[in-house]
Amino acid sequence: MIKTILAVDDSASIRQMVAFTLKGAGYEVIQAVDGQDALDKANSHQVNLVLTDINMPRMDGLKLLELLRKLAQYKNIPILILTTESGDEIKAKGRAAGATGWLVKPFDPKRLLEVIGKVIS
Amino acid sequence: MSTDLEQFYEIFFEESSELLADMEACLLRLDVNSPDLEDLNAIFRAAHSIKGGAGTFGFADMTEMTHMLETLLDRLRRGELKVRSEMVDAFLKAGDVIKAQLAGHRGEGQADPAVAESVCEELKKLSEDSQEAVLVVDTMATNFDTQANSMPQANDVAQLNFNIEFSGTDLNSATIENLLANLKGLGSLENLTPENSEGRYKLALTTSNSEEDVWENLAFLVDPASLKIETIPFDNARARVATEVGFLNESVSNAEFLVAEDELTCALPPAPGYGFFPGAPAAPKDIEDSETNSRKTQLHNASNSKSEPQLLPTKSSGKANVATSASETSSIRVSIERVDQMINLVGELVITQAMLTQTASQYDPVLFEKLHSGMSQLERNTRDLQESVMSIRMMPISFVFSRYPRVVRDLAAKLNKRVELKTVGENTELDKGLIEKIADPLTHLVRNSLDHGIEVAEKRIAAGKPAQGTITLRAFHQGGSIVIEVSDDGAGLNKEKILAKAKERGLPVHDGMTDQEVWLLIFEAGFSTADQVTDVSGRGVGMDVVKRNIQSLGGRIDIESAFGVGTRISIRLPLTLAILDGLSVVVGDQMFIVPLNYITESLQPTATDIKTVSGQGRVVQVRGEYLPVIALHEFFNLRPNVTEIHKGILVILEAEGHKAALFVDDLVGQHQVVIKSLESNYRRVQGVSGATIMGDGKVALILDTAALVMASQQELV
Repeated sequence: MIKTILAVDDSASIRQMVAFTLKGAGYEVIQAVDGQDALDKANSHQVNLVLTDINMPRMDGLKLLELLRKLAQYKNIPILILTTESGDEIKAKGRAAGATGWLVKPFDPKRLLEVIGKVIS
Repeated sequence: MSTDLEQFYEIFFEESSELLADMEACLLRLDVNSPDLEDLNAIFRAAHSIKGGAGTFGFADMTEMTHMLETLLDRLRRGELKVRSEMVDAFLKAGDVIKAQLAGHRGEGQADPAVAESVCEELKKLSEDSQEAVLVVDTMATNFDTQANSMPQANDVAQLNFNIEFSGTDLNSATIENLLANLKGLGSLENLTPENSEGRYKLALTTSNSEEDVWENLAFLVDPASLKIETIPFDNARARVATEVGFLNESVSNAEFLVAEDELTCALPPAPGYGFFPGAPAAPKDIEDSETNSRKTQLHNASNSKSEPQLLPTKSSGKANVATSASETSSIRVSIERVDQMINLVGELVITQAMLTQTASQYDPVLFEKLHSGMSQLERNTRDLQESVMSIRMMPISFVFSRYPRVVRDLAAKLNKRVELKTVGENTELDKGLIEKIADPLTHLVRNSLDHGIEVAEKRIAAGKPAQGTITLRAFHQGGSIVIEVSDDGAGLNKEKILAKAKERGLPVHDGMTDQEVWLLIFEAGFSTADQVTDVSGRGVGMDVVKRNIQSLGGRIDIESAFGVGTRISIRLPLTLAILDGLSVVVGDQMFIVPLNYITESLQPTATDIKTVSGQGRVVQVRGEYLPVIALHEFFNLRPNVTEIHKGILVILEAEGHKAALFVDDLVGQHQVVIKSLESNYRRVQGVSGATIMGDGKVALILDTAALVMASQQELV
């Protein structure tokens, strides 16, 4: 079965690069521009993994995480946070909100696939 | 898999430009005394997004600058620092540097590293100065320097020590191994199990996780009844040491999935590329139905396996999943070339459709009813298609207007004037090509208004005006044109001064000139009435360039001014450069297109209305006004069907405040024509601004009305 990944980032270039990379690797990609958009899309699609930026307008990644984890179908889905801040504070917050793991920006496509490959099954 | 990042450069460039513009707008809006948190957040996000992109695409210079910006901004939005106007200035400067760097990466010019460095220093200093001034107790908050983040900082998460005991008699060795690995993932783990323990395990764990987390990790595998977890309190100093050990241990255990740092594409402080939170929900939910502990095992395997990521679907199968595109982003970025190509094709289609209509008109509408109804449907569809394609190129004028708050702010500060900029109708749309070309002339007008129009505060108060001057930028649609006005409530144009200056410069002036004619003098090359030449304006270079630019866009410029009250300069432009509403006229066997917006009326004069002036030109009397007659056949040296003016038609043109009568054989009709450049296909021809292809496939030239009218004026003088 083809896996669907929800890629959330307010930066179009990052989002499209992520989408391009993932599509190239055979994943189906849904893009969302912020937390709210992601939440809407998460509700209307079957998603196997969520990759989200933290700092976004309207709704940030942490809030998104929190809300997603409250949904039954997202309780156990891998959710990776994509962050420029590699500090522990943000990691702790991410963890508290229910993130599966983190990935630091900038990243290259190879690493992105590597990380996703580790958690998607 | 290697991905060619270059294909995303363009998106990144565009996006960054937009973000920079947003950032600048927010900065300019920012009230230093009571900054809006939303604005600060927006500015931060802009810097943050640019940094993220720049890092990913390997533009280290931009990363560095945005990082500096972000650092300071982060402290501002957290309220650790107070916004000061020097900061806003520094941010604006930093924005300029990033803009230059962006242009550099785009291959347009080069950023000056020295400037970048000085701005970097400034930002650093600002954040350091303020650091001393506002020492915040909150340790989380002082953790702003990302450099420091390369070493994990322990102080923001409390570390706890646990003694764990459980019975493992009913567990096999693989499960125990998993379990130990899981705990190791939480922090530093010491196995204190004595030999010959009879399945009773004793562990010591130092972790930042709560007891609950530890419990959760174990409760899946171990019989809760046999599990004992004990929290051990210990003093701070020891905690500190233990913490650091814990982190180091953790990074060792994580080391397996840290990719070599040299793979990092940019010079950010080294940081682990990624990691997972042990025990976090990760496995797909269908696992839930199988063995309870497989969830744990899965996760454990995932985080420890060294094997290559398993990408189940292959590349070829990826092609099958285009279906989601509808649910993706609601806008796409398309290169302007593609849009232009489409516009060109639609233009061709319009011509083909016109040809077909012409051919079809020869057939009897009763006998060929279906053909005719089909033709009218085609015409309607073509028109709709053309309109919607043209609308792709349309952009709101806010793209241009948005740059002026900065211009006004900087200039007002320099000139020591108080000026407020108002913009009205920012959402008015016009062609992208026009947007790009209108920016420079508009900048000129705004600067002029500020420099010459708006007076200094003292003068304004003396004149009974508010100390703060107002410059208003307004855009609106009128007919098929867009009108852009730059108005100020300043001193207005001084007629005497302009006339005196014009005389001094030897321009043809007389005392009976109307206001309108006098105002137009300021568009003469080298004309300036500024008392002092400043570096802002006053050199007289500019207004003539402004006028030329506007004219080359097929537009016109008008001035209204009242001494002591203000000046309004309005620019009228066609909505698009690609299509023109025109009147087709014939002279001999040639057809010409006269742009409709220059035509005031068409008439057939009587022979007595025509007068010859001193054997040279002819004039025609229209409603008491004498207008020069331009005989198109003479201008283009054609053989006309009609040589006597009263037997032909006069089209009255108005351009740049002058009127003239264009003498042609006959009028044919009104058309929307697709403009083709004569210059790029042939060469520039005096009196012709372009060409178009008519329905019968023939080429018709589009007249350069302004040039014709001006030529007729010179003939008269």
